[in-house]
Amino acid sequence: MKLYDGGKILIGLMVFVGIATFPFYYNIGKVDSKPELKTDTPAIQAWEKQYGKKECVESKEYMRSEHMQLLNNWRDSVVRDMNRQYVSMTSGKKFNMSLQNGCLECHSNKKQFCDQCHNYMAVKPYCFDCHIQPMEKEENKS
Amino acid sequence: MSMDRRQFLKIAGISSILGFGASVASATHTIWEPGLKPPQVEPNPDGLIAKRWAMVVDMSKFKTDEDIKKVTTACHQTHNVPDFRNPDGTVDKKFEVKWIWEEPYERTFPGSENKFMSEHIKDMPFIVLCNHCDNPPCVRVCPTQATFKLPNGITMQDEHRCIGCRFCMAACPYGSRSFNWTDPRKAINPATENKAYPTRTKGVVEKCTFCTERLQFGKLPACVEAAPKGAMFFGDIEDPNSEVRKIVTSQLTIRRKPELGTGPAVYYVIGGSDHA
Ligand code: SF4
Ligand code: SF4
Ligand code: SF4
Repeated sequence: MKLYDGGKILIGLMVFVGIATFPFYYNIGKVDSKPELKTDTPAIQAWEKQYGKKECVESKEYMRSEHMQLLNNWRDSVVRDMNRQYVSMTSGKKFNMSLQNGCLECHSNKKQFCDQCHNYMAVKPYCFDCHIQPMEKEENKS
Repeated sequence: MSMDRRQFLKIAGISSILGFGASVASATHTIWEPGLKPPQVEPNPDGLIAKRWAMVVDMSKFKTDEDIKKVTTACHQTHNVPDFRNPDGTVDKKFEVKWIWEEPYERTFPGSENKFMSEHIKDMPFIVLCNHCDNPPCVRVCPTQATFKLPNGITMQDEHRCIGCRFCMAACPYGSRSFNWTDPRKAINPATENKAYPTRTKGVVEKCTFCTERLQFGKLPACVEAAPKGAMFFGDIEDPNSEVRKIVTSQLTIRRKPELGTGPAVYYVIGGSDHA
């Protein structure tokens, strides 16, 4: 059997396979460290002292999987419905629905909290295009 | 492929202009369902409430340019409004963003000047801002409901939904809206930036919000607080006992371009006697 233009086809195939598998090679070794979240900011420590435990607006599991939806709802609730307070389903405590003046008040270590998973998952939420992130000291690489 | 919400709305907006499918405005109307409802969410108990917020401005109480500057600076610093400057220090008109600013009489109340009126008034600067109109053309033309009316009369701006089409800017007869042609953070001084308020991003329109965020925490608008005594009032015009209502009922006040039927909620006292 004769393959017309066999050389060109083979080169073409090789280029195609190369491009198609590029993402796998490209990411080799990049995603080796699991995200490590730090929840030891002064605000969280103060909370722990006052209430005897660390707690977020809702349970850790809920926050982990649903915080995007929760924040979307907060946004609409604040901007469009003029509500400001959120009543926790977990604790009944009331929270100021605010990314900048709520979430980031406790999680003032965005680099060691938000960014950890977002980078790991390669998602780029655009929240911080507008919402000002806390000033953070550069992490010392110890 | 991932698409953020503004990108989605942009495509939906363009499609609707081209005639594909229903218009975005009507689509959002039907899909707009709050994700959180009371009692899971509630207003701040310290918030100020009104049936209809309104403002009264008495320019005769502003004695110096400094007085005016204090007011505009208070607003712009509170809301992280960028301050684009040319190398020689003058305002860069190309990128300028303004929520509250100064206009001469003939641009504030065009058509109402006459050749015999006092030079004093003709030369007087006026402070102008969004009028939070009863019948706002900006809201009518917005394809994404990024600008919309709150029940208390405020014309609100939801930057999360704004696609930067600038229809609202063409529609507003007062020039109350500014577009972010470039990243506004370049022109915000980090030293004076308000860390409790967001900035905007390139490609959205912004304007005065009647300090919705301050009212909700029991505070009057920043401009009103920074104004000289008796120069600016803010309150519920539907409440017969409010300061704004008393002034508007007892004195001659004028509004900007009332003939257009927009129903501005910012009233200007022209007399200059003491009141309230
Ligand atoms: S002044 Fe302009 S921006 Fe403000 S509500 Fe009226 S039309 Fe809209
Ligand atoms: S630019 Fe104006 S009209 Fe267009 S989406 Fe934004 S607020 Fe609405
Ligand atoms: S009411 Fe608030 S947002 Fe509007 S001009 Fe005054 S300070 Fe600025």
